[in-house]
Amino acid sequence: MYGMLAEFDGPIELTEAAEKAYAAGFRHMDAYSPFPIEEVSEAIGFHRSKLPIIVLAGGLLGMLGGFALEYWVSALEYPLNIAGRPLASWPAFIVPAYECTILAASISAVVGMFALNGLPQPYHPLFNIMEFENASRDKFYLCLESVDEQFDPANTRKFLEEMRPNNVWEVPY
Amino acid sequence: MTPPKGTVDYELDEKRVDKLVSVEKAPVIEPGHSFGSVTDKITSIVLRRGTPLWWLGGIAITFGMLQLLLLACTLLFAKGVGEWGINIPVGWGFAIINFVWWIGIGHAGTLISAILALLKQSWRNSINRFAEAMTLFAVMCAGLFPVLHTGRPWLAYWLLPYPNTMGVWPQFRSPLVWDVFAVSTYATVSALFWYVGLVPDLATMRDTARHPVPRFIYGMLAMGWRGSARHWKRYETAYILLAGLSTPLVLSVHTVVSFDFAISILPGWHTTIFPPYFVAGAIYCGFAMVLFLAIPIRALYGLEDLITMRHLVNAAKVMLATGLIVAYGYGMEAFAAFYSGNKYEQFMWLNRAWIGPYWWSYWALLATNIFTPQILWFRRVRQSPPMLFIISTIILVGMWLERFVIVVTSLHRDFLPSSWGYYKPTSIDWATYVGTLGLFFTLMFLFLRVLPAISIFEVRTLLPEAKVSKHGDAHLMSGADL
Repeated sequence: MYGMLAEFDGPIELTEAAEKAYAAGFRHMDAYSPFPIEEVSEAIGFHRSKLPIIVLAGGLLGMLGGFALEYWVSALEYPLNIAGRPLASWPAFIVPAYECTILAASISAVVGMFALNGLPQPYHPLFNIMEFENASRDKFYLCLESVDEQFDPANTRKFLEEMRPNNVWEVPY
Repeated sequence: MTPPKGTVDYELDEKRVDKLVSVEKAPVIEPGHSFGSVTDKITSIVLRRGTPLWWLGGIAITFGMLQLLLLACTLLFAKGVGEWGINIPVGWGFAIINFVWWIGIGHAGTLISAILALLKQSWRNSINRFAEAMTLFAVMCAGLFPVLHTGRPWLAYWLLPYPNTMGVWPQFRSPLVWDVFAVSTYATVSALFWYVGLVPDLATMRDTARHPVPRFIYGMLAMGWRGSARHWKRYETAYILLAGLSTPLVLSVHTVVSFDFAISILPGWHTTIFPPYFVAGAIYCGFAMVLFLAIPIRALYGLEDLITMRHLVNAAKVMLATGLIVAYGYGMEAFAAFYSGNKYEQFMWLNRAWIGPYWWSYWALLATNIFTPQILWFRRVRQSPPMLFIISTIILVGMWLERFVIVVTSLHRDFLPSSWGYYKPTSIDWATYVGTLGLFFTLMFLFLRVLPAISIFEVRTLLPEAKVSKHGDAHLMSGADL
């Protein structure tokens, strides 16, 4: 079994359920919703993402890489006299280096986001539950995962049912 | 005015004004929607309603226009750029006019998706998707022109810095090389931004589609998105970072495009006001294109409850404001020409507006781009979709004329009368331009048919039941406890 899944009608119910589960000691859990709800990720104890630092690193690498390329091409590999300007005319190099910064930072943001999220992942145990389709529509789900130390099939089901969900399912692998 | 009559008029006016004001303060989407109903409404356009007749008619016309592009390009590749009207001294002609026009149109999409996201303008949520699509398609059309203009488009990759057997490298002090970096970065980042915005909605499409084939295709494109809270958190971080990166990018792109002109020494181009005035003009004509697309789309698909009057009014206000910046730019060009005391600059302006053979284009530009949009000062005009549609069309023409005036009238009379000339576009020039219009609108029709044209998950967040404000406060307090 992957975990126990409960369905709720609204973001407030989901947030309350997630807070209760966290308070009861559950740590391996995730909430699913059709739009981002900041309070829910806080409630399941997910506060900080590593993404900003990845984007910063990507941007800096892009900037240095772009500038280094321009310097190497213009001053070392292929020196051209353009209107008598110095070979390493750095003010003229700013624009391409700036564009490289943004390009590399944006690619790091997108690739980093997908990589940290473990996507693409066409199969996931939750897709075994037919009703889970509504997670991209108008329903809200909380899944307590079986890897958690607190997890016990019977007790966890009871625990979730106390929160008055629409339904509770066992999620098979 | 006699007092009794005046009183009656005043009361009537008050009612009318109340009605007009209420539109501008109206909610971003009409009341009565739920998470399910907005999902159904937007996905049904693609998945349930079938192919409308107007769609077939529309794409037949635009696809026909696209064939003109094929024809024009074939002739161009077979015979060379002599098929176009360009020659010395006017070597830039239609190719660069259309390049700048298209890339400018793209800018409003980025403005709506990025800058308005950073400013937390939630009204953008129902128009950002197709505005971003517009950006992407406009940049495709724009990118074609400089590549075709090189004369040997199959060697366009020579513009990029790569180790080659010729031992040659790009010249990084040239604004034309900067442009390669700016436009290719812009195209890449716009595509990424658009795709990232689409992923959660592609998951909705996957879960809503009934037929296995679209289910599979949307499923693959959605990458297995399942709406996990951890994923959403990283997603929102990535989205806001992309918005933060796109904002300086969009300003830099049109600045660099204006450098193509401003860094030369040609009178009419060599002007410091070009970067801000180009950026304002880009947003101006981009918003005109947004309205040009949004007004028919909302009417034909019955989306008046999602793309409301408030969106149209806000877009009209942005057009009015950026239009005034553009007007200031024109005024400043004329002022600087005379204040500079430089006789070449003075001649340039007189030639452009009065004594030159293209004087008509300057006055047509002022009429379409500066004078006509001033009726947007009237609230009644801002709240009339047909009027906005007409004004947007006029502005699109006006902004095209602006680039015509800048490119052609500056080039055709430079310092020496011996090098003067006259530029006339050929039918191949027109076919190429009409062809890119065909490309743009064909892509737009396909986009409307196969992808959700309005961001579903962002519209869900606009509904009152999406708020967890009670908990928001609780968390602020728990934050203080920590």
